[in-house]
Amino acid sequence: MNRWIEKQRHLIDFTASSLARRKGKSLGLLVVYTLLVFVLASVSLYTHALRNEATRVLAGTPEIVLQRLIAGRHDLVPPGYVEKIGRMRGVQKIEGRLWGYYYDSVLKANYTFMVPADRNIAEGEITVGPALERSRGLAAGNGISFRAYSGELHTFIVTGVLAHESELVSADLVLMSEADFRRFFAYPEGHYTDIALWVANPQEVRNVGRKLIDALPDSRPILREEVLRTYASVFDWREGMMLALLSAAILAFGIFAWEKAAGLSAEEKREIGILKAIGWETGDVIAMKFWEGFLVSLLAFLLGYVAAYVHVFHFEFALFAPVLQGWAVLYPSFALTPRIDGVQVATLFVFTVLPYTAATLVPIWRAATTDPDTVMRS
Amino acid sequence: MIFQPAIIALLLAAGLSLAMLAAASPFAVQLIRHWDIGSGSERQLRLERLTYLFSMMMALVCGLQILSTLLFVFNADRMAVMFVGAMCAVGTLNANAYGFPALYAQLALFFLAAVWLAINRLDNQARDYPLTRLKYALLLVYAPLAALVLYLQFKHFIHLEADVITSCCGSMFSEAADTVASELGTMAPRRAIALFYTALGAAVLLALWHWRGAGRRAWGGLAVGASSVAAFFAALIGIVAFVSLYIYEHPNHHCPFCILKPEYGYQGYLLYVPLFTAAAAGLAAGVLTPFARRPSLATLAPRASARLAGIAAAGFALFAAIASVMVLRSNLILIA
Amino acid sequence: MLELANIRKAFNQGRHNEYWALKGIDLAIPPARVSVLKGPSGSGKTTLLTILGCLARPTEGRVRLKGEDISGLPERFLTEIRRRSFGFIFQQFNLVRGLSAIDNIILPGYPTGTPRAQLLQRAEALLADMQLAHRRDAKVEWLSGGEQQRVAICRALINDPEILVADEPTANLDSRLSAEFLAILRRLAEAGRTVILTSHDPLVVESAVVDRVYSLRDGQLIDVRDVRRAAP
Repeated sequence: MNRWIEKQRHLIDFTASSLARRKGKSLGLLVVYTLLVFVLASVSLYTHALRNEATRVLAGTPEIVLQRLIAGRHDLVPPGYVEKIGRMRGVQKIEGRLWGYYYDSVLKANYTFMVPADRNIAEGEITVGPALERSRGLAAGNGISFRAYSGELHTFIVTGVLAHESELVSADLVLMSEADFRRFFAYPEGHYTDIALWVANPQEVRNVGRKLIDALPDSRPILREEVLRTYASVFDWREGMMLALLSAAILAFGIFAWEKAAGLSAEEKREIGILKAIGWETGDVIAMKFWEGFLVSLLAFLLGYVAAYVHVFHFEFALFAPVLQGWAVLYPSFALTPRIDGVQVATLFVFTVLPYTAATLVPIWRAATTDPDTVMRS
Repeated sequence: MIFQPAIIALLLAAGLSLAMLAAASPFAVQLIRHWDIGSGSERQLRLERLTYLFSMMMALVCGLQILSTLLFVFNADRMAVMFVGAMCAVGTLNANAYGFPALYAQLALFFLAAVWLAINRLDNQARDYPLTRLKYALLLVYAPLAALVLYLQFKHFIHLEADVITSCCGSMFSEAADTVASELGTMAPRRAIALFYTALGAAVLLALWHWRGAGRRAWGGLAVGASSVAAFFAALIGIVAFVSLYIYEHPNHHCPFCILKPEYGYQGYLLYVPLFTAAAAGLAAGVLTPFARRPSLATLAPRASARLAGIAAAGFALFAAIASVMVLRSNLILIA
Repeated sequence: MLELANIRKAFNQGRHNEYWALKGIDLAIPPARVSVLKGPSGSGKTTLLTILGCLARPTEGRVRLKGEDISGLPERFLTEIRRRSFGFIFQQFNLVRGLSAIDNIILPGYPTGTPRAQLLQRAEALLADMQLAHRRDAKVEWLSGGEQQRVAICRALINDPEILVADEPTANLDSRLSAEFLAILRRLAEAGRTVILTSHDPLVVESAVVDRVYSLRDGQLIDVRDVRRAAP
């Protein structure tokens, strides 16, 4: 056992020194390898963080949102619906919600206007999201005017700015009182945008949903788990698309690695010939080359992953953000919560180290099975 | 079909295993037909050189199976949110009929690859390479298995549609369901515990005895192999029937996969790593014993078998110890 | 010590350019002596040396080392025997450029798993013996031809082999260095090591150091002559 360890130490020593002796070639491979890990890790870290963000945000939302449909289109919930649902087993809380979109022609952006249920806002006052704070230069105490769809101008005083934590969702939010909201949009009294229901037991959610359809056939319950599922598949799908596009890069890398491994310089061939002649066995040379691949892969993986981590969580994914991100004109500049997970790392490993290993397998074997008597025949 | 990176990665890994074994097959046939260790002909030298490549490939296949089995389970766990009623990996694997078979096929390929590597190691120690033909005949058997792994995985993934109602581990192991798995789950803890410790104890003792006796008795090796397989299944039953309950501290949570998750401190690895190592080593110890009949392996095979038995004994003992500690440290009271 | 029986070696077997480099060689190398294989280029002396040195396997025939038949052994075991029993000195010295003298010398010790400290100790003793201790850490490409030759000898001796094999060792040396080299061989043979060389250099073949000369032509042994009768 000791001898075995000692031997591996010798082989690692030798391969490290031979990598150092061939700086140009080793560096070239390392740079390309690292770049591949960096790009793939960036995409994967970013989509993963987005997914987490969405999950985190949705965790605070109601289990079921009930919408009313007319001709398959979303419509206002007429008065009396909340009462009609009444007490239903398993439902903790029911609430009619008021929210809508407003197009700001100054910034050419959409805001979400909303009446919050969990806080009271006095008439004539609003609380805005961080994106609005930035783009319109607002601060607490400032006044701002919006032109309603009817043409009237309404002026509000900003009394607060929402926290930055979940900026992905709250960036373009404007919170106001119910009276202001109804006046601004000329929203009919007693109508709501939708109804939110909180259900304590997750096993009950689907039953409640079914009962809701029975009670109000013209309505559509949207379950939080469905939204979550949709988000998850949308993000996964985007990541998958990105990877499919990048598969060409992975393939190119495989060919590159093959060439690097197969295209041994005359000097390297001579070296392996010498080693074989002076008593190294094929297995020893393979082990030596294995350690070479291990060192290069480890280094490239660490460098690429750390660089991607910094890129995603400190530089906000600056290089690829436009491809994967959002739908709104107001780009939320949210700081993602750093998170690393096992599936992701293992997946990344399969996409980078595996092609490298597979591509170098045959060239390594070829080099290692050089005849020991070659050096005497040159 | 759900298009996502981990799935592509899994298919890629399975495809690569298959591609390697398939590409090796024609050479394996050549090797079986023309192998002649006594000859110094150029063809024989070429064939001998090829064996190094095949060893490398098998090592890679074996490693790939470990990696992709882990990834498969993890990914199933993460995808559980996409299926109504699925709460962990079991739900995803149950989403269609191919999930569990794919997992089993993967594990089978892992064990077979490990056994192949053990045979290869033994063969490489004897100066006349007596098992070469056998090794490459085995290789020909493995290629279809690798194809089966790829097929089952592909079928599993292509038939995964988000929103299929599936059972989760809660319902799978609940008393209403009438499956083998549920029977295991509802096995009385006392009986499961008895089975668990009896099988593991027997495997440890047999392996220790074989190891101490330097593997001289052939039936000892076979007993180690058989008892290792038995202990492996008993251990899995034990994990489902009671060890997991103690880890989750929940009387009805039987899942063998959730223990791998960070919520439970990755405790599953502490269990599965020694268990799988021990099972593979024990199995190999059994497989190697009959080879002692070949003259050049008369001393080598028992020695290798004893060594593997030693590893198996240590692995099973470690596994049993860790499981016992987890049970004792738990706050759950299952047996008053 | 080392016996060959009816050794034949083919290249490009089964193809149109099939060529038999050795056509049935029988010989026995005496222990603790200096033996020389001589012959014109193409006579098969290097091929014969690779078989004697376990670098290659004969196509037909038997090789016996100390009575043990090693001709059919696969490379894995042949290498083990070679590592333990043979040291090699090549015509071009074949040192690994970029490594220091001492790192070159300990290379054959790597696969044996001998601890580095032990290898270094042995290498330093060998270097001192060859009056090269001061060049220990010099990169081999900065060494003179004579120094490279001596580093190569140290490398051949690091695993303490019984048999030393040298292929045209004086081809790149002038007369003075060749004489020095032969003196070293003499010393090694007197210390009990068996030495086998190939050469067509008259300086070597006719040297007083040599005990036995094997003459080859066209893959056949045409003459064996004991040139020095002194017993060690």
